[in-house]
Amino acid sequence: MKLTLKVWRQQDPTSPGKFVTYEARDIIPEMSFLEMLDEVNEGLLARGEEPIAFDSDCREGICGTCSMVINGLPHGGQKATTACQLHMRLFTDGETITIEPWRARAFPVVRDLVVDRSAFDRIIQAGGFVSVFTGGTPDANLIPIGKPDADLAMDAAQCIGCGACVAACKNASAMLFVAAKVSHLGILPQGRVEKDRRVLRMVQAMDKEGFGSCTVTGSCEAVCPKEISLRFIARMNRDYSVSLLKGGE
Amino acid sequence: MTRMKLDSQIPSGPLAEKWDKHKFDLKLVNPANKRKFEVLVVGTGLAGASAAATLAELGYSVTCFCYQDSPRRAHSIAAQGGINAAKNYKNDGDSVHRLFYDTIKGGDFRAREANVHRLAEVSVSIIDQCVAQGVPFAREYGGLLDNRSFGGAQVSRTFYARGQTGQQLLLGAYQALSRQAGLGSVKIIPRTEMLELVVVDGHAKGIVVRDMATGAVSSYAGDAVVMATGGYSNAFYLSTNAVGCNVTAAFRAYKKGAAFANPCYTQIHPTCIPVSGDHQSKLTLMSESLRNDGRVWVPKQKGDKRRAGDIAESDRDYFLERKYPSFGNLAPRDISSRAAKEACDEGRGVGPGGLGVFLDFSDSIKRLGEDKIRERYANLFEMYERITGENAYQMPMRIFPAVHYTMGGLWVDYNLMSTVPGLFVLGEANFSDHGANRLGASALMQGLADGYFVLPYTIGHYFATNKVARPTASHAEFRAAEEAVRARIQKLLTIKGKRTVRSFHRELGRLVWDKCGMARNEKGLKEALRRIPAMREEFWSNVTITGSGESLNQTLEHAGRVADFLEFCELMCLDALTRDESCGGHFRTEHQTEEGEARRDDENFSFVSAWEYQGLDQQPVLHKEPLVYEGVHMSQRSYK
Ligand SMILES: Cc1cc2nc3c(=O)[nH]c(=O)nc-3n(C[C@H](O)[C@H](O)[C@H](O)COP(=O)(O)OP(=O)(O)OC[C@H]3O[C@@H](n4cnc5c(N)ncnc54)[C@H](O)[C@@H]3O)c2cc1C
Ligand code: FES
Repeated sequence: MKLTLKVWRQQDPTSPGKFVTYEARDIIPEMSFLEMLDEVNEGLLARGEEPIAFDSDCREGICGTCSMVINGLPHGGQKATTACQLHMRLFTDGETITIEPWRARAFPVVRDLVVDRSAFDRIIQAGGFVSVFTGGTPDANLIPIGKPDADLAMDAAQCIGCGACVAACKNASAMLFVAAKVSHLGILPQGRVEKDRRVLRMVQAMDKEGFGSCTVTGSCEAVCPKEISLRFIARMNRDYSVSLLKGGE
Repeated sequence: MTRMKLDSQIPSGPLAEKWDKHKFDLKLVNPANKRKFEVLVVGTGLAGASAAATLAELGYSVTCFCYQDSPRRAHSIAAQGGINAAKNYKNDGDSVHRLFYDTIKGGDFRAREANVHRLAEVSVSIIDQCVAQGVPFAREYGGLLDNRSFGGAQVSRTFYARGQTGQQLLLGAYQALSRQAGLGSVKIIPRTEMLELVVVDGHAKGIVVRDMATGAVSSYAGDAVVMATGGYSNAFYLSTNAVGCNVTAAFRAYKKGAAFANPCYTQIHPTCIPVSGDHQSKLTLMSESLRNDGRVWVPKQKGDKRRAGDIAESDRDYFLERKYPSFGNLAPRDISSRAAKEACDEGRGVGPGGLGVFLDFSDSIKRLGEDKIRERYANLFEMYERITGENAYQMPMRIFPAVHYTMGGLWVDYNLMSTVPGLFVLGEANFSDHGANRLGASALMQGLADGYFVLPYTIGHYFATNKVARPTASHAEFRAAEEAVRARIQKLLTIKGKRTVRSFHRELGRLVWDKCGMARNEKGLKEALRRIPAMREEFWSNVTITGSGESLNQTLEHAGRVADFLEFCELMCLDALTRDESCGGHFRTEHQTEEGEARRDDENFSFVSAWEYQGLDQQPVLHKEPLVYEGVHMSQRSYK
């Protein structure tokens, strides 16, 4: 296959960026999207040009490192698929593909397609945990947890923290990310104890980082590679109101 | 260089009482004083994150580093199958002793017995800890924890969270770490690579790092350095590891005096998606748990190109079930991988290039229904389909072995301290618990055991018994190490040759896969040892790296890692050549039984090889830690 790529190039956080057009030749359907970019980069290096910077690590859809908007959709829009798992068999010969970084005030560009998502870490640091120390915990089977609850918690816990939800949202809201963690821990008896203060603190941290507000358009759910459900946002809103009614912490 | 002494520090007393006794004998640090000790933790995978969080909880000042943009993305996140623990919740005969025994036997009697026993002992606490943190392990309808079985064991002791166990365990540890960061007791420094270990007066006292976003090189001084930097599978270029995994931190520590143990012990995992072409940047693992319900087979006839569904039952060879009737499809990894390779070598492989075997779920689907299989493995089947475009509910998967895990690593004593005092090594980066072959679901267990339950005790003893002042980061040793790092980066950037870093990495990987992979022999290893120095020479005169060192430069990062692999692989091949026996994943074709199984030579090789660096192009010195077993009888492994 031969493809035309329009790629966002930006030297560093402060320089202005622009789209640059590249030809991608000899692309085969078995390649992943990132392997296609590897090939393009090999070509750039051979010509003495600087390769396109993009983030990736596991390349199997679980670490949440890869992050790029492909033809206007975070991760390229294939259902439940990260950019690293997207394969070239989904594209057609001669196609033009635009590739951009996540765009959100809270995720400044580091270079080209690489952004800084440390805002997510700070939100977790504000309350996304269960306050237990190592050791001295009771036997794991002491508190039975119904399978439906365990499964629901797992549905929320699957979030890979990639930030596609933010990139998809016109307000760059982080609600789906925060709701996933609030729900994961809030559903389980171990996390229920701190439920109220957790949701307050995490929402506060989210606002402080400059993420936008949620208008429940569902664009986040549509691109989430782990198919985290919007229902968790509803659940978090409820938890949030309840904890406010209780008078906060 | 002074001659190094290996002292394993194994406590005296009966095997099952050693750890308890040792914990009592270890000196403690006064709680009020802990804050004064600065611990540098490199790595935020299961081992690093659990250690950093626990040390901070105890009151130490902790700074931790990772090369990813967030600690939550460490490679541990990718572990799928599960984590072992001797809980015996299934009442099927499990016990600490059985987990200990399975691990020693699985490691083909090349692991240190006392460490393995301790690992089995603390395994039960790990599960308790993780559940308390909110790890959503799979549960039965009654609300209790579910278990599955895994390769190399006949009991069900593996805890899991769908096919994402590593992810959930890592998020648990990451959350514990984040809590400490929020409290201000841990400083997290992501997107930063450790490039040098700093040793002052014989003790590890700091590191030199490069901020990968800005290119800034700087130093951190500490009272101890904890390395939990993962394994070196990427020496083979293609492996199941994340593309950034590297040997750099461990190798730089080796060059500063930390012995490297058993580098030739690498694990080839039997169930990976086969290679599809030269463009391939990594290989994808299909969790071994699939072998619970999938049957492995190839056609009986050579070169049978029919579709799987068209091959009659009588024309199929379920080779694992045939060769290992009692373990069948659950035979340990090294054995299963070799059996698949043999079938392919005989020309009975399936798929492109004949480099694959079938993993067939049709019988399980008939027996349990597609829904049950979906419930157990949906995400794996989806992953397989995304990569291959094939639906494994309808036709068998094709799998092939791939490099997956490295049992070798920096040598550590019972306290997890390397031969450089003050340098502790945890998780996959050390060599300690898996001998010559690791059993499934045991790496997660070991990483968390090291970080939550071992290091927090042993590091205190080091502080309490070694009163060495912490130097400042402006000490001459730090300045010299920083200079060395800058000079190396500069050197890489000025070569401006013709070949890409990737092409060197691929060439090196292919060479070691051929000569030091699933099967090794003297001739091949000697050839590799001849070719690697030449490759290294070409690299240093003909690699091309564009851009500068003053900003994010991924080619430069990769070049630094490949440069280290180019030295490290020589050590790996030398170790494989020196170990003139077969054991576990180290299969020397010269040493096999009539049936083609690994033949150990206990008389001459029951020791840990620990290599001491002597300088580039100098033969490193081999030190031997004898392996003595009191709790088990060394037998020929049999899974028949
Ligand atoms: C696909 C896959 C599936 C697996 N499934 C299982 C399973 O089901 N059960 C099981 O028990 N085991 C499994 N394993 C093995 C297991 O996941 C690993 O052995 C284990 O997670 C390693 O943990 P770790 O903490 O030692 O290192 P890692 O998780 O690899 O973490 C290494 C850390 O070190 C950092 N680092 C590395 N180099 C540097 C440097 N130079 N400078 C700074 N930081 C650095 C990284 O950023 C990272 O934070 C699997 C492995 C793979 C590849
Ligand atoms: S690189 Fe890990 S999810 Fe894409």
